[in-house]
Amino acid sequence: MSSLTPRSWQGYAALVLLVGALLLWPLVSATPGYGMATTVLIFILLLVAIEADNFPPMIGVALLFLGAHGAAWMLLAGITGNEGSARGSFYLLLVAAWFLAWRCVTVLSSFRPTSRWASTALRLVIPAIFGAWILIIWEAVTRGAGIPFILLPPPSAIGARIVGSLPVLGADVRQTIFKAVIFGYVVGSIAGFLVAIAADRVPFLRRGLLPIGNMVSALPIIGVAPIMVMWFGFDWQSKAAVVIIMTFFPMLVNTVAGLAASGHMERDLMRTYASSYWQTLFKLRLPAAAPFIFNALKINSTLALIGAIVAEFFGTPVVGMGFRISTEVGRMNIDMVWAEIAVAALAGSVFYGVVALFERAVTFWHPSVRGG
Amino acid sequence: MTGASPAVVSASKLGLTFQTNDGPVQALSNVDLTIGKGEFVSFIGPSGCGKTTLLRVIADLEKPTSGAISVNGMTPEQARQSRAYGYVFQAAALYPWRTIERNVALPLEIMGLSRAEQAARIKRTLDLVNLSGFEKKYPWQLSGGMQQRASIARALAFDADLLLMDEPFGALDEIVRDHLNEQLLELWERTNKTICFVTHSIPEAVYLSTRIVVMSPRPGRVSDVIESTLPKKRPLDIRETPEFLAIAARVRDGLRAGHSYD
Repeated sequence: MSSLTPRSWQGYAALVLLVGALLLWPLVSATPGYGMATTVLIFILLLVAIEADNFPPMIGVALLFLGAHGAAWMLLAGITGNEGSARGSFYLLLVAAWFLAWRCVTVLSSFRPTSRWASTALRLVIPAIFGAWILIIWEAVTRGAGIPFILLPPPSAIGARIVGSLPVLGADVRQTIFKAVIFGYVVGSIAGFLVAIAADRVPFLRRGLLPIGNMVSALPIIGVAPIMVMWFGFDWQSKAAVVIIMTFFPMLVNTVAGLAASGHMERDLMRTYASSYWQTLFKLRLPAAAPFIFNALKINSTLALIGAIVAEFFGTPVVGMGFRISTEVGRMNIDMVWAEIAVAALAGSVFYGVVALFERAVTFWHPSVRGG
Repeated sequence: MTGASPAVVSASKLGLTFQTNDGPVQALSNVDLTIGKGEFVSFIGPSGCGKTTLLRVIADLEKPTSGAISVNGMTPEQARQSRAYGYVFQAAALYPWRTIERNVALPLEIMGLSRAEQAARIKRTLDLVNLSGFEKKYPWQLSGGMQQRASIARALAFDADLLLMDEPFGALDEIVRDHLNEQLLELWERTNKTICFVTHSIPEAVYLSTRIVVMSPRPGRVSDVIESTLPKKRPLDIRETPEFLAIAARVRDGLRAGHSYD
């Protein structure tokens, strides 16, 4: 039956793992364990996925996707009530499903879609499958091996906690991101930018300010944060001050470097037009500096979040992401800590993504954006 | 031929010494030169002979250290402040974030012309360099030859009577260069501008110029000035005529004489 053999190493590996899982029967040591129907269905789904390469590519990908993820879903569903008792067979089946999902992504990556819509969808599906498998393996290992909740809760518990605590998380995001981070980020970046222009215009500032700016950026945030709390009070203003200190210097250094980025010939050209300092600045040097300035904005988008969260460890009203993390750790509510981490990661990614989108729109002309 | 028209550029005993880490370098020494209105003067010589430096002194991008120079009867700095010349660099130096039309508009914006006036001049100068239809393109979407034509349009846009060109076609291939040379002559004839043109190509210098200034290095100086006897109307195949070849031979002799100095 040569036409029914797998066509990829992932397929062969999955087949071997399937045989191993059969030999190491049963999946869990506890009772009730997996029902017979469930177990057979898991094996059938994986076998279908192994055979998928023998079908036309579109149907094959669909079978791979359904087989691998259906089996993973049933494995995760069946562990309920059997937590901590997973045996080798369970993990072999999990790895087999993972290999088949890998095969699925490989086949998807080799597609060359013709329509824009399809290529966009493909660009989103591939990392989504990748991310989903991190969660699946995390879930399966924490629950299968019965890892203590304090050490690492399963993602499903974190997800449930996020859904259950939306008002609290919303209030924390409002306090930390919409007040401290946004205000500090905007003020710090604008200040760094303006000081860079001043340093460029006035030579003595360049000599005096850059070393001082350098020193400010070297200040340990752990040391500065409590002082800012004393100066500006417990509310978000002190956190914004920390964010300003953190975001100021990257913007200053990058803008100063960017202002020197325009070529000699371009500057000579402005000179032949008898262009004024400000005309040259706005028509040549700032546009040429834009890639540098956006680098600073991207660096600052993550720095600002870190700064605000850490600063909240040093005194805050009873709201805020950093406050929540520090108090929930003390109360052993680790799932809430993870929920805050997940929200912070999501917010940071969105923040970064928005800045990156702006960058693409503004520096469309730069070789790194237009590609060549 | 030059004596009757008023001098656009007039230099006497012009010298420029750069202070470098290896000691002073004499880029220009004792240059005497008068360029009349409507002339097409080429500066030719090996690298290091100061031809680009001389052009930059005329443009007030370098300051001479000795001698005197006037541009349009003013100091070079006054001439630059009054936007007396257009300068074309070795590379197109177009701003990649501006479309071709906005690049040509750049000097006009700086000089504060109205939007309507800008639009009229952009259209006229892009027509002049045969770039109509490319207004909305970005520089990186055009070929090297088209980019350089756009940079010439930019130098022409504000209607300075003097055009300074520093090896503008040096980076282009021979076919494109021939084509642009022909277009440049046509443009010169139509606009009656004074053109100073730096090159290291003998055929290019002879084909374009009414006068060829041969320069030699260490120290950078003028070693010969050759008046062209070619007619103003020059088809490309004029380059095979005995007259053309005789002038080219003289330029070559001048360059060789300059070299035997060291």
